[in-house]
Amino acid sequence: MDLITLGVQLLNAVQYGAVLFLVASGLTLVFGILGVINLAHGAFYMLGAYLAYWITLMTGSFVVALLGGVLVAFIAGILLEAVFVRLLYGRDHLAQVLLSFGLILVIDEIRQLLFGKDVHAVAPPAWLSGSIQLTDNLSYPVYRLAICVFCLMVALVIFFVITRTKIGMIVRAGSENREMARVLGIKFDRVNRYVFAAGIALAALGGILIAPISTVFPGMGDGMLILSFVVVVLGGIGSVAGAAVGALLIGLTDTFGKVFFPSVSSILIYVVMAAVLLWRPSGILGRQDA
Amino acid sequence: MSMPNLRVRLFGIACLAMAIALPFCVSTYYTQFFAKALIMGMLAMSLNLVVGHGGLVSLCHAAFFGLAGYVLALLSPRYDAASLLTTLPIAILCSGTAALLIGALVLRTRGVYFIMVTLAFGEMLFFFFHDTKFAGGSDGISINIRPEIAIAGSQLLDLDKPMTFYFVVLGFLVGVIALLTMVVRSPFGRALAAARDNERRARSLGFPIFRLRLTAFTLSGALAGVAGYLAAAQFGFVAPQMLGWHQSATILVMVLIGGLRSVTGPLVGALVLIGMEEVLKAHLDNWKLAEGLIIIGIVILLPNGVRQIWSMVFGASPQRAAEIKPAAAEARHA
Repeated sequence: MDLITLGVQLLNAVQYGAVLFLVASGLTLVFGILGVINLAHGAFYMLGAYLAYWITLMTGSFVVALLGGVLVAFIAGILLEAVFVRLLYGRDHLAQVLLSFGLILVIDEIRQLLFGKDVHAVAPPAWLSGSIQLTDNLSYPVYRLAICVFCLMVALVIFFVITRTKIGMIVRAGSENREMARVLGIKFDRVNRYVFAAGIALAALGGILIAPISTVFPGMGDGMLILSFVVVVLGGIGSVAGAAVGALLIGLTDTFGKVFFPSVSSILIYVVMAAVLLWRPSGILGRQDA
Repeated sequence: MSMPNLRVRLFGIACLAMAIALPFCVSTYYTQFFAKALIMGMLAMSLNLVVGHGGLVSLCHAAFFGLAGYVLALLSPRYDAASLLTTLPIAILCSGTAALLIGALVLRTRGVYFIMVTLAFGEMLFFFFHDTKFAGGSDGISINIRPEIAIAGSQLLDLDKPMTFYFVVLGFLVGVIALLTMVVRSPFGRALAAARDNERRARSLGFPIFRLRLTAFTLSGALAGVAGYLAAAQFGFVAPQMLGWHQSATILVMVLIGGLRSVTGPLVGALVLIGMEEVLKAHLDNWKLAEGLIIIGIVILLPNGVRQIWSMVFGASPQRAAEIKPAAAEARHA
């Protein structure tokens, strides 16, 4: 393999890891702050992709779809927290797993009613639809580059919010020692609601961004859910930086696995996960006492 | 023998008598339907050894179930019947070994990590059968001829008859109930429950917690193999979906509906859930929407399963109430 192909694969890996990071960071934030394990996270990734398809179809603009999809997901997150998720605080993991499993069935059927079960394609915005000619017969789509840049910006915003703002301070305090933060007068009811909504919105954002480069289909949420679980386990639960490391690791493993070991590529990420578990059972950046 | 114990026994005997009488009273369709429901009940009971008695929420149980089904499918000759007496032990061995290997990895983790990691390893097996060609890929494989129970060439039972198959399933079910009851009441079962209720104290008392849990996980996987073998034999078909995590979550729902603290509770849960699905499918186009809402309702309203309805309506006897309360409290910090 020559250097340019290697570079292209590396870009693919980074782009894949970047989208994975968005989805997984939502999952890890929700778990870190709310203490709730949400299996329906992948369903919102799927819903985001369908929203991207539908809004683009209606308005003709992918940018509107991007903003609209995230907004819809955010509002849905607020409502869900208020109606269902609130009841899960302090309940055992089994209740959380099964309630969110019930939500998946409900969301899947709602998607069925609203959008049907057809497979769709979404066109990227016109100004990003070209590709860069690398050699005579090798080019790289601009949209994939744009995803990398966009995800990087979102990641920077997340890190800035968490490490430099007051909201971030509350979020960190909540995941560190919830009782103490509550005693100091922080109202977690509201924090919980917005963190959950933001987590859902991140999942949907991932789905929206991926829609133009992959197909939009009903089962897409399941695969993503498993991948983001693997990312969270690799990085350490509740750690956004860990999610970044884990996502990049999975992006690289999956992309280069498909290039070098195509026959076992689907198993490879689990092998990596098993290896990390043997080495550090609480994730690469997780607290080891947990 | 104390009075409640006697009552429980009589109730059990009455249930068994009903189960034996059942195929003589209903049509062939319902005989097959109940055979399927009992197989799922067996599967849910095997999972409960880990979830209810071990306090570990596992999301890869369907993988062991499906693996045994695939073993039968791969061992079945195309134009001949496989022998149950040789293929069933192999299937159980495969499921048990897979559970041992996966368990050795996943039991290094706790709490929510455990859930995520079991989910991931379960999906690993799913993708293994989904993406490789040797076992039919995403299409699955058919088992053309049911396995036979034969000794020295003479057939003992004809599994092609729905009623015979039903009784074979019932026989296995009684065996699994007996085995699980023995395990739960044994010193091993007590130690497992102790590790669930207070891991630190159990550890300080010198119980080898990792080994206890790994044993329970392996046994539970092996019993899931029995159910998977029977299910594959009944449907004559295996597909990767049999190993998928939706299946695992559905089994967990059965466990929750039936209640986590008894051996046979998940069997009740399986009958309730499968019966409910049957009714919903017959009446609704979007039956999964209704099922999802019902599952959410059960999780919110009945954290101790359908038995709670009983105590809500008739008022709990003091003994029952004492039983239910710690169950809820324990579940919280599981």
